[in-house]
Amino acid sequence: MSAAQWRRAMNSAAAAAAPTVRVPSARPRTALPTSAANAVATSWWTRWSARIRARHVVVLVAIVVYPFVASPFFAYQIGAQALALGLIALSLTFLGGYGGMVSLAQMSVAGLAGYGVAIFGTSSAAAISLGWPWWLATALAIVVATAFAAAVGWLSVRTEGIYTIMITLAIGVAFFYLAQQNYTVFNGFQGFSKLGVPEVLGVESRDPVPFYFVALACALAGYFLVKHLVRAPFGIALQGIRDNPRRMASLGYAVTAHRVAAYAVSGLLAAVGGVLMAWYNGRISPGTVNLSAMISILIIAVLGGMKHPIGAFVGAIVYVLLQNFAIDLFVRERFNLVIGAGFLAIVLFSPDGLLGLWAKLRSSLVKTQTPQQTRRQL
Amino acid sequence: MLLALLALAIVAFSVWAIADNAPLYFKTLLNGLTLASLYFLVASGFTLVFGLMRNVNLAHGSLYLLGAYVGWVVGDHTGSWLLAVAAGFLSAALLGLLMQVLVFRHMEGQDLRQTLVTIGLSIVLADLMLWGFGGEIYTFDPPPLIYGSTVLPVVEKFPTFRIAVLIAAIVIGIGLWTFLARTRVGMMIRAGVDDRGMLSASGVNVQLVFAITFAIGAGLAGLAGVVGGTALSISPGEDTRYLLASLVVVIVGGMGSVVGASIGALLIGLAEQFGLAYAPTYSVVFTFVIMVVALAFRPRGILGRAA
Repeated sequence: MSAAQWRRAMNSAAAAAAPTVRVPSARPRTALPTSAANAVATSWWTRWSARIRARHVVVLVAIVVYPFVASPFFAYQIGAQALALGLIALSLTFLGGYGGMVSLAQMSVAGLAGYGVAIFGTSSAAAISLGWPWWLATALAIVVATAFAAAVGWLSVRTEGIYTIMITLAIGVAFFYLAQQNYTVFNGFQGFSKLGVPEVLGVESRDPVPFYFVALACALAGYFLVKHLVRAPFGIALQGIRDNPRRMASLGYAVTAHRVAAYAVSGLLAAVGGVLMAWYNGRISPGTVNLSAMISILIIAVLGGMKHPIGAFVGAIVYVLLQNFAIDLFVRERFNLVIGAGFLAIVLFSPDGLLGLWAKLRSSLVKTQTPQQTRRQL
Repeated sequence: MLLALLALAIVAFSVWAIADNAPLYFKTLLNGLTLASLYFLVASGFTLVFGLMRNVNLAHGSLYLLGAYVGWVVGDHTGSWLLAVAAGFLSAALLGLLMQVLVFRHMEGQDLRQTLVTIGLSIVLADLMLWGFGGEIYTFDPPPLIYGSTVLPVVEKFPTFRIAVLIAAIVIGIGLWTFLARTRVGMMIRAGVDDRGMLSASGVNVQLVFAITFAIGAGLAGLAGVVGGTALSISPGEDTRYLLASLVVVIVGGMGSVVGASIGALLIGLAEQFGLAYAPTYSVVFTFVIMVVALAFRPRGILGRAA
């Protein structure tokens, strides 16, 4: 180690020790050591408001104003679709980033929820659809999909690490073939179209602006659920299990139960996203859950950065924009090549995704020594 | 106990099926064996690479398809089917070698990242092949010796080529086993599967062993591409099918074990064909049930060992 390197290392150590250090990640992972009196006096509101920064307000205002200034195409095709896809990708971020289990079956869970909406609710296939009211159909669909996710989890946590991706991939592709070949429940190749969409207080929720807000509400709820969970005891234990399952087991934590529960939570998120997707498309078919759809969820999560819940939405926006405008920018029909190459580049050169790239860029621009965070290699 | 029950159920089904329609039963059996041979050819390379490098190569299906396409081009130009097979093997082996040398050796020990890279590669390769070869369906013309159909007892007519595939798979299986069990390089590979660190410490160039294994595994996929393309056909989407097949075969049989791959391939191939013949809508479910049962009772596969 050269003298210069030593000096830099010492500087960064000093910076880490200094109290005025700027933490580069969106928010500190653990509560900051504020003074004891302050901590006692704070209500939950002041605690929350202390965390709200200018950029949060800006983002919130932007996403609320967005559908009114954007054209219906941008509000609906881009905005709402990105939110629904982002929610499904968020389920993978939670499972993979915090639970260390990369499941490729998230799209299958979402697809099953979409199929549930079609089967329990109304659709073009009157012989199969049960025609129940939309709230009942939706609730049942979400319950069934969550149970499916838990079952997938129970199966795949029997093995560890890299095996998970293989098993969930096999399950997902098997589900795709089942949906494609089964005509009695899944209506085979053509699937379901003309899905019944909720109509509340006379507002057709497939209109761009109402649908955007439905999607936004679900996405925000999912985002804050994940944000909350990863700091709750359950989330902390889950991250402990991710880093060292054996130690957590010997500390008395039920490793398998935590993992299956994580699958169930992520299944819930994916199911809500799947219901949104089904409403958005107005139809569901095996093509919704095929291999490229399953992998696109992984691409979205990795593109944005799997260590931050917001990464899922960043990735989804980039993905949806690319999907819609790749035709204009590149050779027609070569979307997969572009997205595949982009994914490859991200995986090879920036394991923390676009957010990691942004953080790197910012830290090199600001030229401040940031404390080195120990992060798991993706 | 459970195994005995299962065996009893299979025997009962066989007796019923033979009594009901013997030609159908034996034809399905032969078809199942043919499919199992194809699956074995694809999955053996997959399991070999996984066992040694802990690399889940999700681009394995793309290697299959690439071998098939390159083989088709060579076969089309030279008119020789055997050259097509060789070209399929070599092209996939070369690509596999490049993947290992250029990418994977730089991210050793990062299982998940390697897997993500293979996913990215499979997307790019699939799209490039779609670009180059379009969506058409290609078929091969095998040499006349193994073309046409052979008359067999009970089954009557059966395509000769499928019998050839079966024999080829058995020969390749035995060859692979001999290579692993009897040769020096095979010994190194087996030692690497058991303990990579120790192998490297005893002075073996592990990177070379890795490269050889990756080339062989990828080459087997390319070879299977030409053989499978001749038995059935090649078209975009086949990469996914064979990737799924190898995944399930390897999960059931045990990761890293070539013998396990043959057992898994037999189970899955037979289940798929019998499912198609006797319960068409649910044939995929059979495959899936086998996987679930295998995982529930033997999480590491039938012949799998602790990693």
